[in-house]
Amino acid sequence: MADAAVLHAPITRKVPGRFWIVPPAALLALLFFYPLVLIVQQAFTDDSGMANVAEFVRVLHARFFLNALINTITISVAATAGCLIVGLVLGLILAFVPFPGSGVIARLIDTFIALPTFLVTLAFTFLYGSAGMLNAGLMEIFSLQAPPVNFLYSTWGVVLAEVTVYSPFVLRPLLAAFSLVDRGQIEAASVLGARPFRIVRQVILPAAVPALIAGGSLCLLLTVNEFGIVLFIGAKGVITLPLLIYSKAIQESAYQVACIIAVINIALSLGLFGLYRFAAGRLGA
Amino acid sequence: MSVPAFTGSNVMDVDAAKIRGAGSNVHFDKVSVAYGAHVVLHPLTLDIAPGEILAMIGPSGSGKTTALRAVAGFVRPASGRIRIGATDVTDLPPYERGLGMVVQNYALFPHMRVEDNVAFGLRAQGADKALIGERVKDSLATVGMSGFAKRYPRELSGGQQQRVAIARALAVRPRVLLLDEPLSALDAQIRRNMVEEIAKLHRDLPGLTILYVTHDQTEALTLADKIAIMRDGRVSSHGPTAELYRRPPNRFTAEFLGRANLLPVTVAEGAAGPKGLAKARLGDAVLAGAARGEKPGDKTLLCIRPQHLSLTGDEEHTNRIVGTLKEVHWQGELTHLVLDVDGTPVRVSATRLPVSLPERGSAMPLFFAPGDTSLVPEDVRG
Ligand SMILES: Nc1ncnc2c1ncn2[C@@H]1O[C@H](COP(=O)(O)OP(=O)(O)OP(=O)(O)O)[C@@H](O)[C@H]1O
Ligand SMILES: [Mg+2]
Repeated sequence: MADAAVLHAPITRKVPGRFWIVPPAALLALLFFYPLVLIVQQAFTDDSGMANVAEFVRVLHARFFLNALINTITISVAATAGCLIVGLVLGLILAFVPFPGSGVIARLIDTFIALPTFLVTLAFTFLYGSAGMLNAGLMEIFSLQAPPVNFLYSTWGVVLAEVTVYSPFVLRPLLAAFSLVDRGQIEAASVLGARPFRIVRQVILPAAVPALIAGGSLCLLLTVNEFGIVLFIGAKGVITLPLLIYSKAIQESAYQVACIIAVINIALSLGLFGLYRFAAGRLGA
Repeated sequence: MSVPAFTGSNVMDVDAAKIRGAGSNVHFDKVSVAYGAHVVLHPLTLDIAPGEILAMIGPSGSGKTTALRAVAGFVRPASGRIRIGATDVTDLPPYERGLGMVVQNYALFPHMRVEDNVAFGLRAQGADKALIGERVKDSLATVGMSGFAKRYPRELSGGQQQRVAIARALAVRPRVLLLDEPLSALDAQIRRNMVEEIAKLHRDLPGLTILYVTHDQTEALTLADKIAIMRDGRVSSHGPTAELYRRPPNRFTAEFLGRANLLPVTVAEGAAGPKGLAKARLGDAVLAGAARGEKPGDKTLLCIRPQHLSLTGDEEHTNRIVGTLKEVHWQGELTHLVLDVDGTPVRVSATRLPVSLPERGSAMPLFFAPGDTSLVPEDVRG
């Protein structure tokens, strides 16, 4: 075997097309790395063009930045937790409770991924907004003067909208993982005396941990960077990092501040993306 | 690392004594199962006595697994009741039936160590820590896997995994052990050993009632006290293993269990004499065989096993037929011959051959003892 390989290697070996790395690399550099470098550079340059590191430190300690950071983390952690719970419950039902049409439901939920995020927010406004169906109905029934349900215009409104939009991102890998769970194991557990809840905890979930981590970290990543939903709901005082970048750059033309926040936002995203890749790798995706 | 046989030595403790008495009977009372309009189990009535091993055998798709899963609680009967001991379990969920089950692909929990797999059922049933520790030790010792407690299933061979699966099922002290083709995934050599070890396990736990589903007749013949032969969702025959083998009640049973030769004969004389032998005619030959109440003139089948046919006659082997030699297959300890007797292929398994065998195509006599034969009715269906 080894001899044959040595004999044939020089003949069959082809010069790899090294050249082909150039176009994608150039494109990547032009469209992605160059702007990234510009942003980082801008973060350390004041708006008159002078190098300025002090501003970076000042922004890091500023109230508006810390508030936005806390908001961003609160919302994305809460939304991710919500996605995990909703995804898990839906996934368990779809995968393990036999009912006709479960496949159709799963695919329907899947198509959610294809929809623009603000669409859901718009629907929410119709449903739960001040003039939405829920409030109108309640005001009608109980003869109220003001809309009784106002949660939509708060952190929790944003969280609810994000949970709705991003749960499919957890559901999808979960369903894939669930489909690989050996039904024989579930039956064995059942015969041994385990009730459904124990089976979920000790047999099904351990098999779904990588999927939960992958789906959860993807949700974290997407909710940290969510812009459309937060903007659309326009909850008073709910400013997240992307929204802050937007308002600093577009409304106040404070480019250095915007870039400083952007750098932090990017660092946060890359960290979460690393987590996602790690989990997805363990999942074999 | 080599695996010791099921030792069974630890099974002599107090707890094990409880299993001995703990066996329950399993009663199928007109149980039928249908998937939609497709009836896969026709009303089945069958009783497995406490401590009995019942082997359910039959061709693929005959409803064996379905019957077993109905006992486990995974298949809901369309009609009929299933009782285990005094309990009607028909409406109980699987986790309240107190059974053990082992299936072909082991179904061990991959993320748990062997000891946690074995402890699973006891934990689910809320047993206390000390008892769990003791039972896990006992169960693993019973299947000879004590040295593997800390391993994960993926670190075990197929045979070892199956031992753990058996230990896991035994740890909860089931009233009934359900085995669905437990050895099918193993290769022939290991399978033979495991059959012997399961037999030994049952000698150590004689109270344990076992429903053993298999399509392997050797496993059934080796292990079972009784055999139920399934065909198209019905029990084709059911009885003590040796009796079913010696006096098969129909053609299907005779052929499925031990591939018997069945010669179409016409009864000449009904049962007579102390041995209850009837006389039957096959062409010119008159043969004696164990009767089943046939009357002269009845057309029936004479059942004779390949290993009971001899190439030489003596005072015992008094029946004589003549066939044409078609094929000879030498297989080491056995030689298989195929002859044509009046248009019926007849298989012979001979341990000893005459110095010179006749040429293929030439006529050759075969001898057999009347006591080794029985008259078997043709199947009513099929
Ligand atoms: N979930 C199901 N839905 C529809 N039909 C089924 C289902 N499970 C089994 N069947 C049918 O029921 C019949 C009996 O199946 P069963 O699994 O009991 O056979 P078996 O005797 O165990 O066969 P094998 O030796 O191949 O395991 C078969 O015709 C099979 O196609
Ligand atoms: Mg089967």
